Amino acid sequence: MEKNKDFEFTIESGKAERHYWMDLWRYRELFYILAWRDIAVQYKQTIMGVLWAVIRPLLTMIIFVVVFGKIAKLPSEGVPYPVFVFAAMLPWTFFATAFTSAGNSLIGNANLISKVYFPRLIIPAASIIVAMVDFLISFIILIALMFWYSYFPTWHMLTLPLFLLLGFFTAFGAGLFIASLNVKYRDFRFIIPFVAQLGLYISPVAFSTTLVPEKYQLLYYMNPMVAVIDGFRWAISGGQTAFNMTEVIVSIIVVTLLCVFGAIYFRKTEKTFADVI
Amino acid sequence: MSNIAIKVENLGKKYVIKHEKQEPYRTFQDVLINSAKKVITMVNPFSQASVENDETTEEFWALKDVNFEIKKGDKVGIIGRNGAGKSTLLKVLSRITEPTTGKIHINGRIASLLEVGTGFHPELTGRENIFLNGAILGMSRAEIKAKFDEIVAFAEVEKFLDTPVKRYSSGMYVRLAFSVAAHLEPEILVVDEVLAVGDAAFQKKCLGKMNDVSKEGRTILFVSHNMQAIKQLCNKFIYLKNGSLMEIGNDEEIISKYLIDAQDIINGKSKIKNFIDKLPQDPVFELLNVELNQKGKNVFDLVENGTDLYIKIQYKVLRRTSGLRVYFDLVDEYDTLLFRSFNDEDNDNISIVEIGTYTAQAIIPKNILAPIHYVIKVCATIFNERALFPGSADFSFFVDRTGLANRAYLADPLRGKLAPLIKWQIEQKEIK
Repeated sequence: MEKNKDFEFTIESGKAERHYWMDLWRYRELFYILAWRDIAVQYKQTIMGVLWAVIRPLLTMIIFVVVFGKIAKLPSEGVPYPVFVFAAMLPWTFFATAFTSAGNSLIGNANLISKVYFPRLIIPAASIIVAMVDFLISFIILIALMFWYSYFPTWHMLTLPLFLLLGFFTAFGAGLFIASLNVKYRDFRFIIPFVAQLGLYISPVAFSTTLVPEKYQLLYYMNPMVAVIDGFRWAISGGQTAFNMTEVIVSIIVVTLLCVFGAIYFRKTEKTFADVI
Repeated sequence: MSNIAIKVENLGKKYVIKHEKQEPYRTFQDVLINSAKKVITMVNPFSQASVENDETTEEFWALKDVNFEIKKGDKVGIIGRNGAGKSTLLKVLSRITEPTTGKIHINGRIASLLEVGTGFHPELTGRENIFLNGAILGMSRAEIKAKFDEIVAFAEVEKFLDTPVKRYSSGMYVRLAFSVAAHLEPEILVVDEVLAVGDAAFQKKCLGKMNDVSKEGRTILFVSHNMQAIKQLCNKFIYLKNGSLMEIGNDEEIISKYLIDAQDIINGKSKIKNFIDKLPQDPVFELLNVELNQKGKNVFDLVENGTDLYIKIQYKVLRRTSGLRVYFDLVDEYDTLLFRSFNDEDNDNISIVEIGTYTAQAIIPKNILAPIHYVIKVCATIFNERALFPGSADFSFFVDRTGLANRAYLADPLRGKLAPLIKWQIEQKEIK
């Protein structure tokens, strides 16, 4: 009966904090299985299946190439426009899917929340894993594109996971806010796709950050995805495109704030989820 | 201290109910300004102001000042009317929602079963759902793997393991879901009225499994409206009323007390009184009172089928009348007439009723009513002429199962609109 010690606890209003982080560890298996469920369910009963993870960014890229590369003739810092766009499209698509699914995740799991206890933080976190898998699949296109344009990976490529991590936490922090707000105010259902869509145009996906006037650069860096996208481009093109430390530092600060306040807000509202969802 | 599984001190849970205020007239500009204000309060995590300033709020205590202790191995039945706070108590105990006041000390691994099949995903196969649901209920992967075959066998779905559960029949679905839950091995098990689903055979299995679990010395908290099941399964009873703990103890008397106490007396009395007061004057007939009684006490909306039910009708006849009859209809919740009974139905001739004050009493014997919702409608008529008052004096009630019919098979729901205890004669012959 040694193990019983683990299961002795007190429930009291506002005193949940102490077990919370321990519980998060105890419920890690639930986290894996929820992530696995979302992945398994994602492409069930579709003919194209996983191909959708490839088709969507590919088609968007082609349209961007035609509209912004061929018609608008936006400069691409010497990199072939398709590679230029796709290198940005990858992290952006990842962010948009992760943010969207995290934002809607709590509502989508309302039945769980009202019937079983577990640290709710698991749900948005697990939903981002699905976007991660999609990301890895569409990464294959990038490799194909690089070969096509004879771009061979350099050591810069090794920094990619760091930028991916930054993108992950951007989506996680923002997702936490939106997910908990979405539980109480369903207005956010309409805001989420709007952010995902608008963000595509205000982030440097179709164009280069260098096109933004000097005096607005710092303000522009406040969008944490700017550094992620620039970082991806820089790593993939082998250091050929513009990239600076300022944007990374600004981005890290913004993302840290986003995650810390997102988590605080989430924890603050979490106890009422079951009552209001 | 160590033999205490759950200790609850001053537990309270408050809900805030919102009512939308009706505003007579608002311009588009008002709407815009108001929305802007709301957005600002909404996204500000530190504001204490409520966003819904055009709503009035009302506090409601679903649980208040609840104190009790449950020892390890106790099997506790929680009884009370709908809205008494039973489900809220289970939700707080299983940490789904936080208490507003008070403390709960829990000693032991706790699992709650508030619903069968929580988290089942229709697109996933039976096999996948076993793992998913198991994890949601708090089992580890290794634990589920070890019990996998047992779960499948209990659910009897071997053939369909790799079919998405959306193609399952509802029976298969429920069996699989319960089977996973039944193989949980917590020290404390919290069960809401999950036995109310599934077919008879399945329910029997569930109750059997619950019995097994209880014999293994685990602690069980069990909410049900099936009083017989509670009596059979539990050795301790908690009676909740309007969020407060009325009684706790090992005495089955608590159940009887609840059954009597659960009547909505004030409401029931005033409803009948209102009905009688509003009746128009009649030159022949005056209805004085109608009441339902069991064990010498007034009952209104909750009746048990284990004792006789008396329908008492008091009336005045103001003129000597031929064929004056008082009667009642027993209908189910869909208003289907189950039977009608007249005060003089056993007479050989049409009777002539003299002037006077009458008290008529009809007895629905025990072991007749089923545990469903009924309405008794009391009327009076002059045969072949007219009704003596418009409408009927109605008693709408629910029957709690305390009757004898089918008592060995409690898990088997009583089918049919009535549950009479029929006399059977059985002859046995030896096989040659």
